[in-house]
Amino acid sequence: MDDQEMMDSVLEPEGPPPAPTEKIPTVIVDNMHIVYKVYGAGAGKGSATSALSRIIRRKSSPALTEVHAVKGISFTAYKGEAVGLIGSNGSGKSTTLAAIAGLLPPAQGAVYTNGQPSLLGVNAALMNDLTGERNVVLGCLAMGMTYAEVREKYQDIVDFSGINDKGDFISLPMRTYSSGMGARLRFSISAARTHDVLMIDEALSTGDAAFRKRSEERIRELRKEAGTVFLVSHSNSTIRDTCNRTIWLEHGLIRADGPTEDVVKEYEDWSAKR
Amino acid sequence: MSTVFEQRAADVADPDAGLSPAELAAKYGLTISGRRPSLIEYSRQLWQRRFFIGAYATAKLMVQYSSSKLGQVWQVLTPLLNAAVYFLIFDLLLHISKGIPDYIPYLCTGVFVFNFTQAAVLSGTRSISDNLGLIRALHFPRATLPIAFTVNQLQQLIVSMGVLGVIVLVSGLPVTMNWLLIIPILLLQATFNAGLAMFMARIGAKTSDMAQLMPFIIRTWMYLSGVFWAVNSVADKLPHWAGTLIEANPALIYIELMRYALMDSVPASSLPHHVWIMAVAWAVIGGLGGYVFFWKAEEEYGRG
Repeated sequence: MDDQEMMDSVLEPEGPPPAPTEKIPTVIVDNMHIVYKVYGAGAGKGSATSALSRIIRRKSSPALTEVHAVKGISFTAYKGEAVGLIGSNGSGKSTTLAAIAGLLPPAQGAVYTNGQPSLLGVNAALMNDLTGERNVVLGCLAMGMTYAEVREKYQDIVDFSGINDKGDFISLPMRTYSSGMGARLRFSISAARTHDVLMIDEALSTGDAAFRKRSEERIRELRKEAGTVFLVSHSNSTIRDTCNRTIWLEHGLIRADGPTEDVVKEYEDWSAKR
Repeated sequence: MSTVFEQRAADVADPDAGLSPAELAAKYGLTISGRRPSLIEYSRQLWQRRFFIGAYATAKLMVQYSSSKLGQVWQVLTPLLNAAVYFLIFDLLLHISKGIPDYIPYLCTGVFVFNFTQAAVLSGTRSISDNLGLIRALHFPRATLPIAFTVNQLQQLIVSMGVLGVIVLVSGLPVTMNWLLIIPILLLQATFNAGLAMFMARIGAKTSDMAQLMPFIIRTWMYLSGVFWAVNSVADKLPHWAGTLIEANPALIYIELMRYALMDSVPASSLPHHVWIMAVAWAVIGGLGGYVFFWKAEEEYGRG
């Protein structure tokens, strides 16, 4: 970090705190390749005749397409870092997070983590038929809290999510929530516990401005509690406000990895030129 | 690679610089992400989630009929209607009841007890695929899901047992000390069912076609389990090995035991041989076997 940046981060109260001085690795990604196997692409898996002809011809599997989503990336994330992942659609950002969370097995290479990384994505629905209230309790219990801890945290979670700002929504089933409300509640539940590694996949972009501000503060707190936060977002301003380090992925490869300001700038210049 | 990256790499230069990623991971005690914990560690995590299992089962019970007008009344109506359908077909139309005293409580016990196993297996098969959102969002031992579904079915069975108690009394049968046996029988069956639910959960998570196939397998099993007729009358006519095989059926054993506990007219002599040993053996083998089988693929649930 050069002097100019140091000045910036001191003068700029909204900016992310500087990178931690002590370096304790929490996530090590070592030459990781991720290959998706897509079955039945264009082979008419659903049709009975094609299934029958497959059986007659003794062809064991329908057409198999391989998608090489991540092509060998390596990086090490440290305690107290907030790492932003940027890149155009389909560059492998979400896949990388899923692999760190242990949800996707690397085809080659390895991911080493400290504790259990928690992945929080926009698509991660909790239990839609249950009320928000029950979802909060169940989510907390699933993370291993006791009833006493849930009682203690419950009000904070509801207040933080802002679900009850427009009436008593917390006692309605989650399927009646807007996508933004659902994402807010899910984030609030996940953020109620200290995670060694918390990964957030565009969950913040669905919230309104006030919620975004609260979440950014919470992410800063989580980092202080000696965790590592990964954030995937298409909003460069969110990345700038929250992350002290940014990794730019393109076509499944790391194009740049460094202080947020430099990498985001480079990414913006590159996007403008396209 | 950009200059930014190189600059970052220079920043990182520290005592650990010479280490390979694997050595660095080992030095700081990092482990491969998503690796399955040992069986003991897994059981410890599962025990930690016992509140979640209870709360999840109860929550499911509460919302189950929330979209219907009669709501929780269905909790009692569903088993009653089930029994009514079988009574219509097997007693009124087919006269299978000949030679079986107190056919209505006999039939209802069979239907309710078998339904517990059936529902646990069916919901267990779907327990992973129906909860992918939860699995991908939070970290918890996945076995909590099939177990929670089994607990949920047990709660429903307890409601049904209340209905059954009334049916038995209305049929003119007395309350006896044998009714106390209901509790150990339910616990043994629940353990067996939880194991079976976990076993099916792993299979259902891998092969989604299983959810389509299960209703047929279950129906075959039901007809073999003496829900409607006395299996021992059939078993006696078969060769010895086939009779033994039919009498070893866990669903049959739990149903016969429950009938013996509830109905004064069912004598101990009508039970299959070694029935209590078999009931315990099935609970231990099914419960432990299903648990270990499920744990073996723990890291794979929710992937892909």
